[in-house]
Amino acid sequence: MTTAKEWPLWEVFIRSRDGLHHKHAGSLHAPDAELAIQNARDLYTRRSEGVSSWVIPSADIVASEPADKESLFDPAASKVYRHPTFYTIPDEVTNI
Amino acid sequence: MAGQDRPELVAAPDETALEAAFQARVDAETRIEPRDWMPEKYRRFMIRQISQHAHSEYVGMLPEGNWITRAPTLRRKAALLAKIQDEAGHAAYLYSAAETLGTTRDQTLEDLHSGKAKYSSIFNYPVLTWADIGTIGWLVDGAAIVNQVALCRTSYGPYARAMVRICKEESFHQRQGFEIMTTLAHGAPEQKEMAQDALNRWWWPALMMFGPHDADSPNSEIAFKWKVKRQSNDELRQRFVDMTIPQADFLGLSVPDPDLTWNETTGHYDFGPIDWDEFWRVVKGDGLCNRDRLDARRSAHEDGAWVREAAMAHAEKKRAAKQNVA
Ligand SMILES: [Fe+2]
Ligand SMILES: [Fe+2]
Repeated sequence: MTTAKEWPLWEVFIRSRDGLHHKHAGSLHAPDAELAIQNARDLYTRRSEGVSSWVIPSADIVASEPADKESLFDPAASKVYRHPTFYTIPDEVTNI
Repeated sequence: MAGQDRPELVAAPDETALEAAFQARVDAETRIEPRDWMPEKYRRFMIRQISQHAHSEYVGMLPEGNWITRAPTLRRKAALLAKIQDEAGHAAYLYSAAETLGTTRDQTLEDLHSGKAKYSSIFNYPVLTWADIGTIGWLVDGAAIVNQVALCRTSYGPYARAMVRICKEESFHQRQGFEIMTTLAHGAPEQKEMAQDALNRWWWPALMMFGPHDADSPNSEIAFKWKVKRQSNDELRQRFVDMTIPQADFLGLSVPDPDLTWNETTGHYDFGPIDWDEFWRVVKGDGLCNRDRLDARRSAHEDGAWVREAAMAHAEKKRAAKQNVA
């Protein structure tokens, strides 16, 4: 018979090279953190895709609501003055 | 990150407006993500397609697994082991993608074991000789690549991302198969004969992997509308034939189709009719190996149950001990 209780789900983050951020690679099931790390090695780094990994129980991830997308992220769209290209610098001025 | 708090269950604003907004996002090539609103029909469609795909990766390991100990050289054995391990990975990526739609892994597996869910019919054919392993890599993984490349731009984000990862890994599967075929086709007459025999048996089932003709494919219309697929079964099948025939020519092998001809006008190969009765017979469970495959899958799952339970019990015990110390 199938087990009544599934192994919990984990999210896996892999650092592909030293000096880079960990990046979400995918998810997997594992009974605990130790085996999640082992499984992540087998599942997401079979071709030297990583030098370090993080695993986090999926249930512990807090995500923003899709419905809040506009109120959270749209305000930035009108704030072009936060980008360097917004400012006019005379052509003869260099190194700025 | 399964969709626990699915917005459409929390509130029921105007369904039609939501559906129109959903379709507009699809039309604008915006990927649909797990927590986005989606029509229930889309959710169910994607669960069905992704889990069917996952089951195919999984069951695909079974016929090849039989040949690991019989691989003719260490090089071949290492390649076959690595390929099979990749297929397990492919199944795992896809099972996870299905879970983002609110199913559980146990339920998905249960549907496979009960026979409710399907997997690709190709894996219900027997693998009789070592040349079959070569042919599977060359044709079956080759056909899978054509299908999967087309799915890299599918509308559901987690599915598309799994496809990108899978496509990167798939190419070696086809190449190791073709290398086996090259060795056999350029070897002793008996080896070449073995290669031809395998091609004879796998050619038509490989063409069936692309599914029924567009006219007989009831799901096609909605799959196009939702941009789950972007090319028809017949288009992809034709692409596969056009790619593969020159490769067979290189091997000095011929596909078992008396009607196969190069068509100057269309710039494609014309090929003979597919035996759809056979296709449906195998889909409905009457292929040569359907029962074996499911039995093997079920017993692996059941025989492994105590391991899963013990690992979970051990993890819980460790967790409790840690809490007591703290
Ligand atoms: Fe695969
Ligand atoms: Fe493959």
